[in-house]
Amino acid sequence: MSSTPEGERFLARRSFIELNARERARALLDPGTFRELAGPFDRLKSPWLPLQGVVAQADDGVVIARGSIDGESAVVASIEGAYQGGSVGEVSGAKLAGALELALRDCERGRAVRPVLLLETGGVRLQEANLGLAAIAEVHAAIVALRRHVPVVAVVAGMVGCFGGMSLAAALCSHLIVTRQARLGMNGPEVIEQEAGLAELDAADRALIWALMGGEQRQATGFADVLVEDDSDAIAAQVRRAFAAPAPAPRSEQVEGLIARLAGIDGERPPEPAALRALWGRGT
Amino acid sequence: MERLTFTYPAREAVARRVHVGVVGSGDLEVLLEPSADSDAHVAVTTSVDGFGTVWKHVLDRFFSRFEGAAAIEINDFGATPGVVLLASSRRRRRCAREQHARG
Repeated sequence: MSSTPEGERFLARRSFIELNARERARALLDPGTFRELAGPFDRLKSPWLPLQGVVAQADDGVVIARGSIDGESAVVASIEGAYQGGSVGEVSGAKLAGALELALRDCERGRAVRPVLLLETGGVRLQEANLGLAAIAEVHAAIVALRRHVPVVAVVAGMVGCFGGMSLAAALCSHLIVTRQARLGMNGPEVIEQEAGLAELDAADRALIWALMGGEQRQATGFADVLVEDDSDAIAAQVRRAFAAPAPAPRSEQVEGLIARLAGIDGERPPEPAALRALWGRGT
Repeated sequence: MERLTFTYPAREAVARRVHVGVVGSGDLEVLLEPSADSDAHVAVTTSVDGFGTVWKHVLDRFFSRFEGAAAIEINDFGATPGVVLLASSRRRRRCAREQHARG
């Protein structure tokens, strides 16, 4: 076994990706403060999945945890990527939106709550269609309202990534933290291949997929704020830093800059990932 | 999708609730809490039909070593019998550890 400094650092880290949704929420809150709301024993399950022959999980794949971050009141909403691809249905969506709306109500009453979203999701749950979409719209509205009071911090760690309507939620957040293993995009690779054909995108080409929508590329082109190692302590530290620093102007309000970026792209000859980084990068 | 229920005699009360696992591919979720009566009750919901006999064998083996009066809900997404037994043992250990810590 080699004992290079990189090797030892790798062995010493505590992987965040390998944690489930509940363990991830616990890892970000101050030790001993984790308290789950609407947990598995409340059995807020999807009423729609069993009707379609799919086994429902007792918490519908979303963990809502209260606690503190650096001693300040906090709420973490953590999506379980291993259950139905982290998809957002009626119940899981209501849990996400409800947590954010309650945090907003507290903030409006002068009680600051630090909201953190752990996004591991393919987007809307297709079996619940419009109900999931409606819930995602509520999540979007709650993020926009809440970020006027307090930074809304999101983490996309992997390995599911963050897609569909929930990629818009990630984009609306004040501060977005990603790992190299994360992926962020409106359409996932399989959807693009299915709709536009193999010539457009080979969803089996992992190197290409990550070069296009991986965390490193997304951070280098300004769609995410921080690139962090897959390490629980490093991610928890970045979440704390995000709340300690004043939040930058939300990306979704920088409309003119984003339009100017698009104007610099020739749609007939789209740039390779490295060229896009040079074009849209942060002076690197 | 199939629902199966089983009842086993129990000897001791269960004081805690324990939750482990994920309804993910090849995996399962287990919720264990005190039973409403003096028996143990298991309710299995599984994505794979036609394995009632295998479930009975796995649970028979589990309850040969566990005598708690627990209400157990299993939500299964194609876990193999070995995985089921491992998850069951994990929740039994956690249950015992937490009861020991309390007692």
